[in-house]
Amino acid sequence: MALRGNLRDFTITQLLNLINLAHKTGTLIVDGPNETAQVAFREGKLAYAAIGQEDNSLATILHKGSKLTANQYLAIKQRSDHVSDKELGLLLINAGYVSQEDILASLQQYFIDITRRLFTWVEGFFRFENDMLPPEDRINIRLDLENLIIEGSRQLREWEQLQDEIPSLEMALKFTDRPGANLRNINLSVEEWRVVSYITPKNTISQIAKATKMNELEIRRIVYGLLQAGLVEIVRPEGAPLPMTSNMFPTQDKEEQKSLVNRLIKRIRSM
Amino acid sequence: MQTVKMVVTGPFSAGKTEFIQSVSEIDVVSTERKISSDGEKMVKEATTVAMDFGRITVDEDLVLYLFGTPGQKRFDFMWEILSEGMLGFIVMVDSARPETFREARGILQTFRAYAPTPYVVAANKQDAEDAWEVDDMRHALRLDSKIKLLPCVATNRKSVKTVLLELLYSILAEMESGG
Repeated sequence: MALRGNLRDFTITQLLNLINLAHKTGTLIVDGPNETAQVAFREGKLAYAAIGQEDNSLATILHKGSKLTANQYLAIKQRSDHVSDKELGLLLINAGYVSQEDILASLQQYFIDITRRLFTWVEGFFRFENDMLPPEDRINIRLDLENLIIEGSRQLREWEQLQDEIPSLEMALKFTDRPGANLRNINLSVEEWRVVSYITPKNTISQIAKATKMNELEIRRIVYGLLQAGLVEIVRPEGAPLPMTSNMFPTQDKEEQKSLVNRLIKRIRSM
Repeated sequence: MQTVKMVVTGPFSAGKTEFIQSVSEIDVVSTERKISSDGEKMVKEATTVAMDFGRITVDEDLVLYLFGTPGQKRFDFMWEILSEGMLGFIVMVDSARPETFREARGILQTFRAYAPTPYVVAANKQDAEDAWEVDDMRHALRLDSKIKLLPCVATNRKSVKTVLLELLYSILAEMESGG
């Protein structure tokens, strides 16, 4: 039976656990909301990972990890078009630019980062291709999955807590009426500012997530932070149907409505 | 015959069914089922799966219905249906189970978003030995000082009456302020 399904039913953490326990070899392909990720394993150990169109060449990874200077990186990029990662790695080691440990540590960090990003994906489809191995010209690592699984489990708990806090993304946000609060004096991250710029009772949280290209976990995290700081509150989206107010009372006459509430008060007092 | 309704909501095992039972003149039409999850079973044996339903006849022309929402998260699709047309709502919180406060806050926010109607929060099980002080609960639930957070014992009719009356006073105040 092919290992395939929906992330809603089977989380990345559960998949990693299964791959680890079954010592699987192959590639896990995950179609997320905006991009596709491929994570390869050998005998249950993480070997390689790639995501979307992201440049995952060895030179770029080493440069991002501050193992290569900008000039070295540019020179390599311009002159190593036809050199594979394995060949480039050997050249760099022989030239004394980096050590083998540098290369493995940088790749390991990069692959771990990709896997961590997958933990935030709660929507999408996955399949595990048993016979699909990483590209031959790429350097593989061998990383035990246990720590990643523990980290993923923590994130899963966070996800469950965030779902409790923000049960629906079809609600809107509005800034709280706090006379003393000044948004300019509050330190927000770039992502938080992006969300803040879309906050109006007209936009649902899911619309904000779409506009800012955030997944459910990311938008929930930011909204939770803003809620915790008391900057925003959740409101019904403006323009959404309001079935409850129209038929709260059996009468539309304001005086009759008041009389009705007073009768309720009298009755409950007398109980 | 005119009818109005109020909704009693809150996390699993907050005391919603007991609250309605304490004042309903009919036996609460409860849709309780035995709990299958071991974790939840440690808290109580049965839970409401669809809704509780209680009634208070005001006079010949007016009846108040009390609806209790199912507490378990997997039945939250019922919340919006139950909130339709409600006069106001009561959020029950188990004062002795701080681990449910966060969920209670989430439920409160969801209901507020469903319906801009008045509401009160009932700090239930105040008679429990390890119940939190109401003031501490206000901080934990991040409730504004304007929101009524009332000490409550859902099995005590007088206590339940107080909560219902406070909600009605809030409804009346909002009507008088032109809300």
